[in-house]
Amino acid sequence: MTETQAGTGEAMASPVAPQVPAIELDGVVKEYLANGEVVQAVKGVTLSIAEGEFFSLLGPSGCGKTTTMRMIAGFEDPSRGVVRLHGRDVTNVPPNRRDVNMVFQSYALFPHMNVWENVAFGLRRRKTPEAEIKRRVGETLEIVDLVGREKRRPREMSGGQQQRVALARALVNRPRALLLDEPLGALDLKLRQAMQIELKRIQREVGITFVYVTHDQSEALTMSDRIAVMHDGLVEQLASPREIYERPATAFVAGFIGTSNLIRGTVDRVESGNAVLALDEGGRVLVAEASHRAGDPITITVRPEKITISTEEPAGGLSAVRGTVSEVVYLGLYNSYAVRLADGAEVTVFQQNALDSSSTAERGDAVWLSWQPHHSYAIGS
Amino acid sequence: MRRVRATAAPYLLALPAWIWFGVFFVVPIAAMASVSLTTGNILEGFQQTFSVSNYAAAIGQYHTQMIRSLVYGGVATVIMLLLAYPMAYWIAFKGGRRKSMYLFLLLLPFFVSFVLRTISWGFLLADDGILFGPLKSAGLLPQGFHVLATEFAVIGGLVYNFLPFMVLPIYVALERVDPRVIEAAYDLYASRWAAFRRVVLPLSLPGVFAGVLMTFVPATADPVNARVLGGTGTTMIGNIIQTEYMTNNDYPTASALSFTLMAVLLVGIFVYARSLGTENVLEAAAR
Repeated sequence: MTETQAGTGEAMASPVAPQVPAIELDGVVKEYLANGEVVQAVKGVTLSIAEGEFFSLLGPSGCGKTTTMRMIAGFEDPSRGVVRLHGRDVTNVPPNRRDVNMVFQSYALFPHMNVWENVAFGLRRRKTPEAEIKRRVGETLEIVDLVGREKRRPREMSGGQQQRVALARALVNRPRALLLDEPLGALDLKLRQAMQIELKRIQREVGITFVYVTHDQSEALTMSDRIAVMHDGLVEQLASPREIYERPATAFVAGFIGTSNLIRGTVDRVESGNAVLALDEGGRVLVAEASHRAGDPITITVRPEKITISTEEPAGGLSAVRGTVSEVVYLGLYNSYAVRLADGAEVTVFQQNALDSSSTAERGDAVWLSWQPHHSYAIGS
Repeated sequence: MRRVRATAAPYLLALPAWIWFGVFFVVPIAAMASVSLTTGNILEGFQQTFSVSNYAAAIGQYHTQMIRSLVYGGVATVIMLLLAYPMAYWIAFKGGRRKSMYLFLLLLPFFVSFVLRTISWGFLLADDGILFGPLKSAGLLPQGFHVLATEFAVIGGLVYNFLPFMVLPIYVALERVDPRVIEAAYDLYASRWAAFRRVVLPLSLPGVFAGVLMTFVPATADPVNARVLGGTGTTMIGNIIQTEYMTNNDYPTASALSFTLMAVLLVGIFVYARSLGTENVLEAAAR
């Protein structure tokens, strides 16, 4: 076995039409045996990621997002299904022959090599001419702002710097896609926010497809072009950050992304294009979706910042629910209210702190909550 | 007072170790150094003459055994390294949940005394022993075939006895290699061989270094294997030192030989440490 074999000959050879997705997963399943039982880590994921896209796999730990990424990288073989990179079936191609590179969660830098050698590793394995290695490593270190630190060993660097070495080590190979496995997880908040912007800039600059695995919803919302929210081995919703936040497809997505209120009820009637839910305690919830019929059980979600809190009964044409303020938390930019409804359900409301303080409610106040019909979203159960 | 006690505490805690070191290392070494510079014999007594003639005489007389010991120790160490690395690698990366069991099996022979184990090998390898006897009577081996009392038996014994001291440090070093670092090598287009050569091997070198130290030094100085498994032509320096002390009662010569052996080993280790122990090797591996 020689090192020349490690090149990506075949991967590079196929001509790629621009409309071919960078990455395609087709019915991918990953099963493994645990104590004699078959466990499905990934239960059938089908998605396609476009060239140059910043794509996030978002979900709690154990949702299968990392396994999914490892199948794209080639570290795990799918039990069923097909993985395609630029239209080519790579399901059984080992990682060293896939034209994608990974940025590991713990960076996984080579501890015995300095920054320069770490970054040059991939190019050397592909027998790149020394002059070109020199040029490309230099360029990449410039992109990640590590010029002058070439001789440092990973353990002599801060977490943020190691992170950038890991990024450079992958980017320098100009992969077709870069896979990032919670790359900012180990950094503190300030540095993480700075790196988010930095990563986004680098992605725009190099134009490479980024697949980003994270459990941090704000990170995914900030950076991504599209997000696949995963839960229990399946993709619950695949859409733009705005769509995911504003129109969560399932109760899980609504709960996982930001704060959300779930209200269950039965459609009472359909009135001027809105489904009207009758609540036991006499309130009403309007849903701007005419596809429902009277008698349908329905769950809706409404974001806390869409709700207005008031002491007087709101005008018609709005959802209107009564409740009692059980908690007020001052958060600077806004107040967070917990309002208990008559049926015991608790609704969270964010109210921006305005100059006018007349609308502030106190703990124990009986209040009305109201919101526009199009802010109620019916979700699948 | 409190502060003084707090500063002194670590030194006080280290005191038993220092006393041990002084009583059982510094004092005997000094005593032996002094003996090596005396002249005389057991009957008339030894006089401190500070003459180095003992060294010249001892080296002149026993350099063959000294060189033989270094060769046997060196060959045994190389064989141990070749055997131990794959074993350690397999336990560390393929051992899975049974790792502890494999390590236990490796150490199991230690529950029997070193000398007893070596004597057992003597029985096994005897010319008409349970191994060769039947083979010879079946005509599968010539009647004159023998292993015992040859260098093969001695080196084989050294390998057998010291192998775990090579396996354990290499295992520890390999165990500490982060599997994600190996994955990163594959991800960066390394073949299996390249990942091993560029990442796993350099990261395990500290273990190899420790293993070689822990086996080469005792194997070279060992008297037991040559005595039990060897013959007249395989005498090692450890046997000479033992005979000079115990049988001939020629303490100055025995001490001079011990010091010479120690010096040779220290120089050897120093050279070895400079060539392998430094970052040079790691840097070479990084290319």
